[in-house]
Amino acid sequence: MEIIKAETHFNFVKLMKPAVLLSMAVILIGIISLIWHGGPNYGIDFAGGSLIQVKFQSAPDADKIRGSLKPVGFEGSIIQQFGLNEVIIRTPQSAATDPHGLTSRVDDALGAAFGKGAYEVRRIEVVGPKVGKDLTRKALLAIVFSWIGILIYVGVRFEFRYALGGIIALVHDVLVTITFMSLFNKEFDLNIVAALLTIIGYSINDTIVIFDRIRENSRKDTKTPLLDIINTSVNQTLGRTILTSLTVFMVLLVLFFFGGAVIHDFTFALLVGTVAGVYSTIFIASPIVLLFEKIKPARPRGKSR
Amino acid sequence: MMSGIKWRAALAVAACLVALFFLTPTLVSDLPVFWNDHLPKDKIHLGLDLQGGMHLVLEVDAAKAVDSTLLRTAGDLKETLMAKRVRFRQADAAKAGLVTYELPDGASRTAFEKVLKDNYPDIEVAASEIREGREIVSLKINDKRAGEIRKMAVEQSLETIRNRVDQFGISEPEIIPQGDDRIIIQLPGVKDTQRAKNLIGRTALLEFKLVDEEHSVDEALRGSVPDGSMVLYESRLDRESGRRIDTPLLLKSATLLTGESLENAKVQISDRFGEPHVSIKFNAQGAREFERITGANVKRRLAIVLDGVVHSAPVIQERIAGGNAQITGSFTMDEARDLAIVLRAGALPAPVKILEERTVGPSLGQDSIDKGTWACIIASILILLFMIVYYRLTGMIADVALVMNLMLLLGVMAAFKATLTLPGIAGIVLTIGMAVDANVLINERIREEMRLGKTLRAAVEAGYAKAFLTILDSNITTLVAALFLFGFGTGPVKGFAVTLTIGIIVSMFTAVFVTRIIFDYFIWNRKVQKISI
Repeated sequence: MEIIKAETHFNFVKLMKPAVLLSMAVILIGIISLIWHGGPNYGIDFAGGSLIQVKFQSAPDADKIRGSLKPVGFEGSIIQQFGLNEVIIRTPQSAATDPHGLTSRVDDALGAAFGKGAYEVRRIEVVGPKVGKDLTRKALLAIVFSWIGILIYVGVRFEFRYALGGIIALVHDVLVTITFMSLFNKEFDLNIVAALLTIIGYSINDTIVIFDRIRENSRKDTKTPLLDIINTSVNQTLGRTILTSLTVFMVLLVLFFFGGAVIHDFTFALLVGTVAGVYSTIFIASPIVLLFEKIKPARPRGKSR
Repeated sequence: MMSGIKWRAALAVAACLVALFFLTPTLVSDLPVFWNDHLPKDKIHLGLDLQGGMHLVLEVDAAKAVDSTLLRTAGDLKETLMAKRVRFRQADAAKAGLVTYELPDGASRTAFEKVLKDNYPDIEVAASEIREGREIVSLKINDKRAGEIRKMAVEQSLETIRNRVDQFGISEPEIIPQGDDRIIIQLPGVKDTQRAKNLIGRTALLEFKLVDEEHSVDEALRGSVPDGSMVLYESRLDRESGRRIDTPLLLKSATLLTGESLENAKVQISDRFGEPHVSIKFNAQGAREFERITGANVKRRLAIVLDGVVHSAPVIQERIAGGNAQITGSFTMDEARDLAIVLRAGALPAPVKILEERTVGPSLGQDSIDKGTWACIIASILILLFMIVYYRLTGMIADVALVMNLMLLLGVMAAFKATLTLPGIAGIVLTIGMAVDANVLINERIREEMRLGKTLRAAVEAGYAKAFLTILDSNITTLVAALFLFGFGTGPVKGFAVTLTIGIIVSMFTAVFVTRIIFDYFIWNRKVQKISI
């Protein structure tokens, strides 16, 4: 079976200019969305605060929960539906030092309103502001260092302009993912950072495959302009690009629908990121290599390196 | 070539057998005795998010340990200065790392500094000024010594907490230092999290102080606390109303004895009401001291203070020899047991603060395991079918590699005692989707070569050769990202990085090395000329 016929001759290079414009538009929307929402919607991992996941026997009434939390001083909590009959109660307070414990206070409040045994506290997370700051710094460092690490590896194995093309594609993927996270008002937590790093790993994987083909073809054929080499290479690897994205997309959909609420947002980010990754591999990474070729030709009229 | 295939096949089979060997404890619930005795018996280690439990990050307030050292030294210095007849006045108690003295003239200052220089090498002048002819001098612990105290405070806290947790009876706790002043504690399967937190986080400083009976408490509460005394509250539970009642008590500030002099502490049930109390036993020196104190203060009240709260303040009836005493109070059985544990383990050298807490209940953990397992199974079936539909026989070869990949991945995790978390399971699912990439690359390459009219043998040869470098490069860059993820992540996220990393490395072996064996077998042994790809 073949999804992509053997010899495709799509002119990808021609589509690159509109594609770059499209990407810039999407990222611009992301920036506007971020400003609109007042910055990223940080989860407690980064902002600090508390999160309590409670499972009820039947669908709970959010207002009743809110009312019951008033006497213990958590009326400002965000109450979110989370899977079937479950809610997440989020407060900006991180009363981790509170000797009586946030947990027992919430437990008491819910017990008074719903009766003991009508619910079950399944998860508690309390992150102090200090830890939140630490984690934010570490997350940013991890992402930036992974970029630098990849830049160096690709720079050594290929050429610097390839590395730069790859990295800009990665930055693009991360920005597009953040855009969609912000548009859907999803929370940024540690899992999302893990998703972003995975997207970085996956997208560069894809990019390398095409770069590899460009390198191979340009060595074999030293006369054809780089523009055509890129076009041929993207076409030659198109079958593989689509197939692999398809398998990855399939397993991600499985995770999205069957993996449970805890990793729902994580999978969402990965789904967006993989699409962005494939797209950027074809339409962002290669044009940048081409752009560098125009600025500083490495193969003037058919001379390979 | 024949023998080459045999050797390579043997290696692949051996790898599978080793993986299965390490997976046996995870797969088989009751193993024969000889296995448990001599062979690996650890199941794949589940993270707290899967098995349930509590993750805590504590911060040791090490500055407090420096402060209390300064306070002790200041007390000592006071006596030395008085003995040397140096005129001074202590302007305030030690706080924020400083203690300030007021000296009447330059001569006292000189004498003061000489005492410091001769007797207190750890203390230095932090600031000094002349105000209305008097010298104001602030002292602090010098930086080197303060650093040592801080380091020791963290080490001691770690040790003490480890002792407490061990005695509390939690299996496989993990207590490790992080950074300069933090401690990470992982308690799998802990049920009563509030109790565990109280046990770990409490300073448990036990002090014996005399009650100041010469002055009135009411007077002190109105604001005139006599020199050398302090107001603390006695807290007890009123049986009838079930409420805690706090009674103020005026105590002498001087601590006569601390929990450091204890040898043992255990829970006992008093005969009269069946109420639990904690009986303590002093060590030899503590016992002597206790005997002296009780002997000298018969008919006065001795307060037992724990973390600044008076537990009881009984009247000393007679001199107590033998070094046994009781701490009574309205305890529940659990409270008494926990108190005995913290007294035995000793006080924390400095207060600790909980910076981060993550607790997952066992039912949520089980849910996550179930959902994760289903996601793995569904994803595997989908990909296995997809590969067969798309590549036919070659797809089946890739499928063999994929199944082997999963087996080796889990085997490596079991062998290296890596932790499986929920994001880790997501990593496995992702690996299923990404591992076939290598086969897709190879197969697409073989198809291309065959289109050029090469024989199967030549096409396979060229396909593998050309795809290999691509696979290597693309996987190494992915590894770079995964390694940064590993370095950055804690807990669940780290688990994700682990499965992703192992998955990538293993897939290079199965998708390239193993599939090639099968291809070669068909080509060389079975002399196949055409293959469905």
